[in-house]
Amino acid sequence: MSTTYAVEGIDGTPATQQSRPPLNVVFEWLTTVDHKKIGLMYITYALIFLVIGGVQAVLMRIQLAVSNNHFVSPQVFNRLFTMHGTTMIFFVAMPIVFGWGNYLVPLMIGARDMAFPRLNAFSFWISAFAGLLLYFSYVGASGLYAAGSAPDVGWFAYAPLTARVFSPGHSTDYWTLAVFLSGIGSIGTCLNFATTIISMRCKGMKMSKMPLLVWLYLVMSGLVFVTISPLTAAQIMLTMDRYLGSHFFDTQAGGSAVLWMHFFWIFGHPEVYVLILPSFAIINEVVPVFSRKAIFGYPTMVAASVGIGFISTSVWAHHMFSVGMGAAANTFFVFATMVISVPTGMKIFNWLATIWGGKVIFATPMLFCIGFLFQFLIAGLTGIMLGSAPFDWQLTNSYFVVAHFHYVIVGGILFAVFAAFYYWYPKVTGRMLSETLGKWHFWLFVIGFHLTFDFMHIPGILGMPRRIYTYEASRGWDGLNMIVGIGTVFQAVGILVFVYNMVHSYFKGKEAGPDPWDAWTLEWSTSSPPPDYNFAVLPAVKSRRPLWDLKHPEDPDSDYE
Amino acid sequence: MRDATTIPIESPLETPWTLPYRGTVGMACLIIAESAIFLIFVVAYIFYIGKSLTGPTPAQVLELPIFGTVCLLSSSITVHFAVAALRKSKLRAFTGWLAGTVLLGSIFLLTTAREWYHLIHDEGLTIQTNLFGTTYYSLVGLHATHVVVGLIMLSLALGFSLSGLVTEEHSEKLETLSLYWHFVDAVWIVVFTVVYVVGR
Repeated sequence: MSTTYAVEGIDGTPATQQSRPPLNVVFEWLTTVDHKKIGLMYITYALIFLVIGGVQAVLMRIQLAVSNNHFVSPQVFNRLFTMHGTTMIFFVAMPIVFGWGNYLVPLMIGARDMAFPRLNAFSFWISAFAGLLLYFSYVGASGLYAAGSAPDVGWFAYAPLTARVFSPGHSTDYWTLAVFLSGIGSIGTCLNFATTIISMRCKGMKMSKMPLLVWLYLVMSGLVFVTISPLTAAQIMLTMDRYLGSHFFDTQAGGSAVLWMHFFWIFGHPEVYVLILPSFAIINEVVPVFSRKAIFGYPTMVAASVGIGFISTSVWAHHMFSVGMGAAANTFFVFATMVISVPTGMKIFNWLATIWGGKVIFATPMLFCIGFLFQFLIAGLTGIMLGSAPFDWQLTNSYFVVAHFHYVIVGGILFAVFAAFYYWYPKVTGRMLSETLGKWHFWLFVIGFHLTFDFMHIPGILGMPRRIYTYEASRGWDGLNMIVGIGTVFQAVGILVFVYNMVHSYFKGKEAGPDPWDAWTLEWSTSSPPPDYNFAVLPAVKSRRPLWDLKHPEDPDSDYE
Repeated sequence: MRDATTIPIESPLETPWTLPYRGTVGMACLIIAESAIFLIFVVAYIFYIGKSLTGPTPAQVLELPIFGTVCLLSSSITVHFAVAALRKSKLRAFTGWLAGTVLLGSIFLLTTAREWYHLIHDEGLTIQTNLFGTTYYSLVGLHATHVVVGLIMLSLALGFSLSGLVTEEHSEKLETLSLYWHFVDAVWIVVFTVVYVVGR
């Protein structure tokens, strides 16, 4: 594939690396404001938390694998699902998409760094601190007079369980502070993304010529401003309730517990789109390159993304059908939920049309993209089921819901992120990941994913509630839960293969060169890994695929766009 | 070696390539995010109007803060004149208008402080008293926090200006700061309407 070394315009000089004392290297990483280093720190930090959150998932599955099990205590189980949810959303999924965005956005728009490099470093470190704070609760939550304990109020921390009377000690405060600080970091990073994308594009890159990944990060940033902020506000209110004696969510003084639900889900549902838009962004870049075709329907893709961004802010209460909001509100939120599947469906069709008639190369990144397409479709279909209020009344708070949103987050977001790892690892390290190990990783993970999450739907339909500690043998859920548990083993082994692949390939992988996939966006025009300044001379572009124009001067894209 | 600049094959770009100033864009993003935070507090305020189980009620204790409001809204005009003067390199006028802005902002903060003193000391309304106290102090307090942050930044700019460090080249940065100050004023119009007009 890599036939493009000779093409003029691709800077093939390898970045020179001189060896330095280890302490200098550490100091450099701690004080860096370079977007690539910060992006990598985000990704590394997310991977560490991915392992921690994964271990928590495995512990929960062991507990639930058979009936009447007492592998962990009920208190520990409550902490496990609270920490698993909080960790995976705030300290795995968000940092990993922010990390890839940090690394890729400036490279793709031909800039030398983000708009505010120091704000970027601040945002990362405040998020990292938030993660440490959350886990410090294990030792510090009850202060000095007793052993600590982690938060156990669920990842959405419904009132009035979070009131001081019902959650004494400091474990809930660690949760609040961790989520609050991670929110500050997210807003800072997204402010940086939006400003970088609007103000730092290279010559000739009009909004209509940006790579789709950049467009989707712009939409995602806008969404973060209007969705993470309400969560931040709600955390301020909760802290005031707990420490200043205010009554926002205090039902005894006339406050409303449902108001917390609204505030949480005004954040909570768009959050799914904050995570899935960057996943769409990755698919948008990988699918065309491995289909050897330009993306189908670029303007439609942009319009659909912006549409999803807008509609996603008006669907939150479909998490609350069982609260009793009344027929009018239920109807509105059912309708909004159905409407959002239209732009999402448009995207699926556009990806299929991109693959259609292409010379598809089934390399590992493309395999993960194809997995994404199938699984995200199924996740969307169960989403439509749960989005209709009468169906939701039957299955809300059951394992069907758990299976649905894990289908979105693991089957959709995580698969897209894996595609990103296999696709951009050569750019980051200068070496290819092993294709053989990559295929092992893919197949183990696909099998494990489907064992776990396909079979998780069924106990939900049979009435198994989520968050239960254990269940009786007479329910008939044993075999299904055992299969679900076995699936996690496959996934864990898949992750181990992936980690081994990354470490092994870093030292022994095949040299990648600047453009191993014969791709078309600007990040492949600089050396791998890119130098600190990214581009020796800032590029100028005329089309959405500048490297295509460069490699095919006789037939440039700019003639058609 | 040639590089990616060679990508345009034929004529060079006809139009000059200018993009918005990053400070302005960054501040606009911050304002969107901050607006969402305020929106949640405003929604909570409106949701809890008349739901307090005990007194005192807004109608009993609140008075229209006309003087403070006039001061704060005027400070938006003075900060605008300050930046306009800086852009024309009239440094003394800039310092004067900026000092006026800091003064007007401080007066507003003092009127809020007096109001709170009256409410806490004379009326016995605290954040713990009832839902009105809870939502009133948090919403007005959140706004006052933003006024304090704005005043700190304006005072810093004033300090730099008095030591002769501010010149015409900094006008874009001062413009970013004035954008924030305009936002603080605009939020006050919303808070004023919700707390003192609708909620009373």
